[in-house]
Amino acid sequence: MNKNLRWRVLTILAVIGLAIWAFYPPAEKVNLGLDLKGGVHLIMRVQTDAALRIETETTVERLAEALSRAGVQYSKLEVTAPTEFVVEGIQNDQAFRQASVEVDTVFTRSPGAGRYTYTMRPLIANQLREEAVTQALQTIERRVNELGVVEPIVARYTAANQILVQLPGVTDVQRAKEIIRSTALLELKIVEMGPFPSQEAAQQAYNNNVPPDLEIVPGSEDLASTGGGTPTTVYYVVRRVAPITGRDLRNARPSLDENSLPAVGFSLNQDGARRFGQLTEQNIGRQLAIILDNRVVSAPVIQSRITDEGQITGSFTQQEAADLSLVLRSGALPAPMDFLEERTVGPSLGAESIRAGVTASVGGLLLVVLFMLFYYRITGLNALTSIVVNLLILLGMMAYLGATMTLPGFAGFILTIGMGVDSNVLIFERIKEEMGTAKGVRAAVNAGFDRVWWTIVDTHVASLIGALLLLNFGTGPIRGFAMTLIIGLASNVFTAVFVSRTMFEMVLSRRAQPQALSI
Amino acid sequence: MQIFKSPNYNFIRWRWHALALSLTVVVAGAVMMATRGLPLGIDFSGGTIVIVQFDEPVTEDQVRRAGTAIPGDVGVQQYGAPEDHEWLIRLPQTEEIEQGASLEQGSQQIVESLQKAGLPSFQVISTEIVGPVIGADLQRRGIYATLAALVAIMLYIAVRFRLSFALGAIAATFHDILVTLAFLTFFGYELSLNVVAAILAITGYSVNDTIVVFDRVRENLRSMRRETLDHVVNVSVNQTLARTVITSGTTFMAVMSLYLFGGEVLRGFAFTMLVGIISGTYSTVFIASAIAIILSQRGRAAAAAAAPARRPEARPGRKARGARAS
Repeated sequence: MNKNLRWRVLTILAVIGLAIWAFYPPAEKVNLGLDLKGGVHLIMRVQTDAALRIETETTVERLAEALSRAGVQYSKLEVTAPTEFVVEGIQNDQAFRQASVEVDTVFTRSPGAGRYTYTMRPLIANQLREEAVTQALQTIERRVNELGVVEPIVARYTAANQILVQLPGVTDVQRAKEIIRSTALLELKIVEMGPFPSQEAAQQAYNNNVPPDLEIVPGSEDLASTGGGTPTTVYYVVRRVAPITGRDLRNARPSLDENSLPAVGFSLNQDGARRFGQLTEQNIGRQLAIILDNRVVSAPVIQSRITDEGQITGSFTQQEAADLSLVLRSGALPAPMDFLEERTVGPSLGAESIRAGVTASVGGLLLVVLFMLFYYRITGLNALTSIVVNLLILLGMMAYLGATMTLPGFAGFILTIGMGVDSNVLIFERIKEEMGTAKGVRAAVNAGFDRVWWTIVDTHVASLIGALLLLNFGTGPIRGFAMTLIIGLASNVFTAVFVSRTMFEMVLSRRAQPQALSI
Repeated sequence: MQIFKSPNYNFIRWRWHALALSLTVVVAGAVMMATRGLPLGIDFSGGTIVIVQFDEPVTEDQVRRAGTAIPGDVGVQQYGAPEDHEWLIRLPQTEEIEQGASLEQGSQQIVESLQKAGLPSFQVISTEIVGPVIGADLQRRGIYATLAALVAIMLYIAVRFRLSFALGAIAATFHDILVTLAFLTFFGYELSLNVVAAILAITGYSVNDTIVVFDRVRENLRSMRRETLDHVVNVSVNQTLARTVITSGTTFMAVMSLYLFGGEVLRGFAFTMLVGIISGTYSTVFIASAIAIILSQRGRAAAAAAAPARRPEARPGRKARGARAS
């Protein structure tokens, strides 16, 4: 064996060793996709319009305040779209413009006088949408982590406002979805009037003219007052602006109320506690509405000044109380969310798929290897080695890159076996052909490899282009397929050319003038 | 051992017949797709699929009757091996499921109606719910991915070989995609994400096959400068025939194993690949070269008119093999 050949053999052995080291033990090193492990895959859309509407509403409230301070008269001021509001019937245009200067940084004002349409600046709107999605992403991440899921994925999905959540091993989909979806917007507001049995009754109490700084919020009747019957929906009139919100929370945890029923206890941060103390002191004897996602959960009467501790009671089960404290701890979502896609794979189906994938891979491998041995005789062993080294490198690279093995990934494996043989066949057929022209075995082998080299480059580059686009455009499991294909193509060049040629040369170097080749 | 002893079939003579045959299959497939419509799986059309496993055997009729309680066009089909008692129940996208909040409504209806129907106890082993937004998005991306792959590969071939070859390879690939779609429609397979992946894999495979022949043509053009392009192409197709058949054979065997043992989830994928491999082999031999020749003759006739006796320069030596032949 000459020196050059020895180096080549050592390189090959080193690559094989590295590959095995990378994926051994496979159960720990190779990531399984949801379709093999079981779990939940969700795609959600953040309703960013809602986040924009909140911004617009806040601006309108602030503008209304500024206008009343400046004494500017107007007949109408209302939000007409998530990024748009209208002011009508302005008496003093000059004064209005002065009072509304601050609005102009965020909104553009339509030209004219007396009546203006304000539209949010596109740059700012985009920025707000972006923030809403980022915040939602972070909030969901916190919630998923609190759920205790191992190796979850929370990431942006293709479209700007979509979020992908993958929870391996989770079987209670409904609960996971509730926890992820709940906006968990907590607000504490003083009840102005109520409860009323219907929305109309609440409006009539104000002669059908509810002041703009008040709003009607539905809620469940207190269980204590009905004596344990089925709670009906009642309506409270509360102030629009909440003095305390979920942002003031320091912590939330499940607890028990005075009747030993599950409840959620919360504590406020310093600033929140100071404001809460003021609020409760000034409103002793009145009802405090605890509003979660625009629904009054309970409305206890304030007995005394409270500072930093509070309790949310209602008809919770223990699980609900625990989940509510979880979502309150992780913070509110900036906007509500839609579910766009949901895929659940049970663990039994996943195990079945693994079995099927392995059977198919081994079956395919056997068929191909048997054929190659039958057709190419001893040279078939060369192809067999190429395939095996190829698969080892494939597994090793996947483990090293942290790529995920999916069911279509198995398909990629099998295609790699099938197409990997292609390069071998290409070379072997060429060698046969060259041997026909009687140049001697050594020359035929050399010519076979040399002539076919650029063909192999061309075919692999073309396939690689297809696979890369698949990886780029594809989603979920398809990416697993593309990934295996790409790694397979790369390692294939190595095995079919470098490994295979080295093997040929090892055989040829044994004899000075080889006369025949079993091919 | 050799399957072909110095083959010398005149493939190029059959090119018009082959084109006619392919056109027939493609047109028949197109008519079928137009009349019956290419069935879209829920990945693209949106909808709900619930797979349940019963503890005891049930008949299709029983499951179907349980499904009648649900409004809409409920599909029921056995899933996997009969002894597993697994059934797939499908609901199409309904108008009401435009809002995400009610996305899971369909799967709940299915589970409830099965529970009420007095069937043996069961577990839900898989649920898939795809909303209309995602369905449309996936459809768009599937088409983009396929087209982008075709254009990129065409550019590569055009740079490495010549434009007429690139067009021939792309025509052959389009042919394979259309034939595969025709067969999918004919055998009632649905277009799912996996099937699109298979179609993309075929794109790569078919081009792969074609490039091997073209590479040989390029090589032969240098040594057979006095011959007509028709002849050179025909010789090249014959020289690579054994390789074409063996490679297709081995890939076919591997994918057949996938079709037989890969389980229900990958069946559509495997079927698509099987059809694509056969079509890809056929198109490599008959379609790609035929179109390359037809286009080259036009180009050559025009070039000959402009500058007579211009021939591709042959560059001897190993290094030249990477350079463009024309």
